[in-house]
Amino acid sequence: MTTLVTPIRQPLTLNRDSLAAGFFVLLGAIDIVVFGVFAHAGHATFQLSLSGSGIQIPNVKVPAALVCYVVGGLSVVIGFWRGIAEPSPRLKRYAIGAVITFFLAALLCWADAGNETAVNLISLIQQSFTASIPLVFGALAGCMCERSGVINIAIEGQLLVGAFTGAIMASAIGSLWIGLISSSIAAGLLGLLLAVFAITFLVDQIILGVVLNVLALGLTGFLYDRLMVPNANLNAGNSFSAVKVPLLGHIPIIGPIFFDSTIFLYIAYVLIIVIQIGLFSTRWGLRVRAVGEHPTAADTLGLRVLWIRYRNVVLGGMVAGIGGAFLTIGSVGFFNKGISSGFGFIALAAMIFGRWTPLGSVAAALLFGVADSLAIVLSSLNVPIPSNFLLMTPYLATIVAVVGIVGKVRAPAADGKPYVKA
Amino acid sequence: MSDQLTPAAPEAAKPDADTGGKPRLRLTGQMIIQEIVEGGPVVITILAVFLALVISALLIVFSDPNVIHAWGDFFSAPGNAISMTWHSIATAYSALFEGSIFSPATIGAAFHGGSIAAIFYPLSLTAFEATPLILTGLSVAIAFRAGLFNIGASGQFVGGACVAAWIGFAVHLPVVIHIVACVLGALVGGAILGWIVGELKARTGAHEVIITIMLNYVMYNLLNFLLSSTNFLQQPGQSNQIAPPIQQNATFPHVGGPPPQANVGFLVALAAVAGVAWLLSRSTIGFQFRTVGANPRAARSAGMSVERSWALVMLISGGLAGLAASTIIQGGGPPPPLNPNTYGTYGFDGITVALLGRARPVGVLLAGLLFGALQAGGTVMQAATTPQVPVDIVEVIQGLIVLFVAAPPLIRAIFRLRAARGAGLEAVAKGWNG
Repeated sequence: MTTLVTPIRQPLTLNRDSLAAGFFVLLGAIDIVVFGVFAHAGHATFQLSLSGSGIQIPNVKVPAALVCYVVGGLSVVIGFWRGIAEPSPRLKRYAIGAVITFFLAALLCWADAGNETAVNLISLIQQSFTASIPLVFGALAGCMCERSGVINIAIEGQLLVGAFTGAIMASAIGSLWIGLISSSIAAGLLGLLLAVFAITFLVDQIILGVVLNVLALGLTGFLYDRLMVPNANLNAGNSFSAVKVPLLGHIPIIGPIFFDSTIFLYIAYVLIIVIQIGLFSTRWGLRVRAVGEHPTAADTLGLRVLWIRYRNVVLGGMVAGIGGAFLTIGSVGFFNKGISSGFGFIALAAMIFGRWTPLGSVAAALLFGVADSLAIVLSSLNVPIPSNFLLMTPYLATIVAVVGIVGKVRAPAADGKPYVKA
Repeated sequence: MSDQLTPAAPEAAKPDADTGGKPRLRLTGQMIIQEIVEGGPVVITILAVFLALVISALLIVFSDPNVIHAWGDFFSAPGNAISMTWHSIATAYSALFEGSIFSPATIGAAFHGGSIAAIFYPLSLTAFEATPLILTGLSVAIAFRAGLFNIGASGQFVGGACVAAWIGFAVHLPVVIHIVACVLGALVGGAILGWIVGELKARTGAHEVIITIMLNYVMYNLLNFLLSSTNFLQQPGQSNQIAPPIQQNATFPHVGGPPPQANVGFLVALAAVAGVAWLLSRSTIGFQFRTVGANPRAARSAGMSVERSWALVMLISGGLAGLAASTIIQGGGPPPPLNPNTYGTYGFDGITVALLGRARPVGVLLAGLLFGALQAGGTVMQAATTPQVPVDIVEVIQGLIVLFVAAPPLIRAIFRLRAARGAGLEAVAKGWNG
């Protein structure tokens, strides 16, 4: 099969390492030349505690241009090191993280230089986390499905169904927890539908995902107009409030970022760890990955391929359902038509960008979340970068990733191919 | 169309082809029976539509508070519960039919001095709604035939819409030339976006589905950006994201009547169907597309450039999606001038249209008309029913139809049909890795 996708025309065969190095150097150069040189004279101010929190940390003032020069220089150095030395995969990942963080730091310094208003870093990071929660759940759901060899484009639909069920059940029964559990079950049922048609009826999984999305959009839209609009008490708008973890939540900086959020962030922590360890360090994960890479071999060894796929697709749907519930009972409370507004597709992008691994997907989801909250912060600072361009970056980054300019991503080998026992 | 949809037909007709008219007729009858018994594609499609309507009817009934209430009193008044149920379904579906195809009341009205045109009004609405669906459906279908899945019709639609809207309001041209310029602009806008996808796929092997999904959102953000600055597409003096209305010179002339009735855009769509049909079945390029779609390796062995076909078919596919946008922008309403909602669901609806039409031009035309009818009738139904049956039910029906069409074994199991030889949706089943 690989011969089908290996094109004859292939001018982009540049060495991946040198491309990555070049990309790092380019980002460093932007830090220096664009942000450093064009920064307004003066300092950038960063606030490190939320207003109204117990312990207040004094604002940090840094010379904007200088910071841009320093981080830009560091990025260039890392770029050259990446090109010359042959670092281990772990170091490569740290290098990417560092260069991107430096880039964001330079961007913020440039944006806030000489500005009276301080940028509240804590709230920026908090918002990024919040923005990335649905993406994290969606991407984890994608990992669960696709590692077992079933493509899930229906994440968007699963989020939507989860969001709807969460809102209506929480309002009808009056318990947010029942809302949460039923969203998970409802999205799991959509996952079951995906599984039945993909695994049993061998329908093309990409087509199926698209159709299920249409169905979910229509169904939730129909029920919204039919049930929620005439009865406002079915869309009451209750939502989980933030829970501060005892002790940990009171630590300055770390507390408000990691330990002062709704239950969804804590569920996400647990699921990230469970799915990452589960997929890569347990017998269950080995089996799932075997089924996703080479189902025939797995079958020969006595694994029940179809059963493992069914289980994973349904579990994946249930994970996505929690992410969907976050959109209603985890944040705004109310359901609205098409409330998932593309989160499912960004989650898909995050999963691909994160190379089909839970941790990678989460990192990508966070990055996309940062882009989202940066767009808000920068527009409040009247920065001449249109927020739409920032919002575009996740998608462009994913295109760059699949096209293979910065290291090509590869899906599980049997992803999307129905398994028929010979 | 029937010869494309029924693979068994040509073989069955062959032996008796030279024995005259009568046996042939008998055979046709046999073929129909065979088709029904075996559950061939046509029958599967009809059953899928039927099943989708049944499930949607259940959905309508079980979400109707009056009906639920009546069933609550089932033991005291069983007749009431059943008649309420029937009433709920009948009102909705008859409004759906009358709003999209034909309303008996208009005939009576015509006899009593009403207008004859009113009889055709529902059909004209259907044609209006079907126009963009046929074009985006063709866009997805032609890519399908070359083995590519174009989920990016939405983005290409936006690309075409931006160019068409800009030419429509910012450039001053004489009447016919302005219309043509807008149409061509939309074509080019969509085609460029499609070509980018094809070229990236050809050069790097990246999966077109991922690229097109991402480009959809890139285009969505770009549209938002362009609409928030009066330097680009925003109407001066507007705080909303909306473009100025296009000039009268650039608006399509009516065919059926004033909007929301069919306009010249429908004729454009019909011409596109004919053009794509010719391209696919009569031209060298079309032959290459179909070969590449059926078996890229064989196509390559035969000396065809698979990559060139990918780039070219995406160029055409994108152009068709752009054309769909021009029929909305130049339709003269009811959709308002270009705004973020113009993005709409046309692109994704195109996928369902192409799937239902089995990626055949004529099939796409029929599927587009069916979904257009559902859309037109759905709007009428929403207004005619109490409690309202929301027009969103149309999307549920569409989704269900395509879901069932995609899984013929399910339909056969439900209706106890024998398995047909080689029937079913010709899906391009392949994973992310090609």
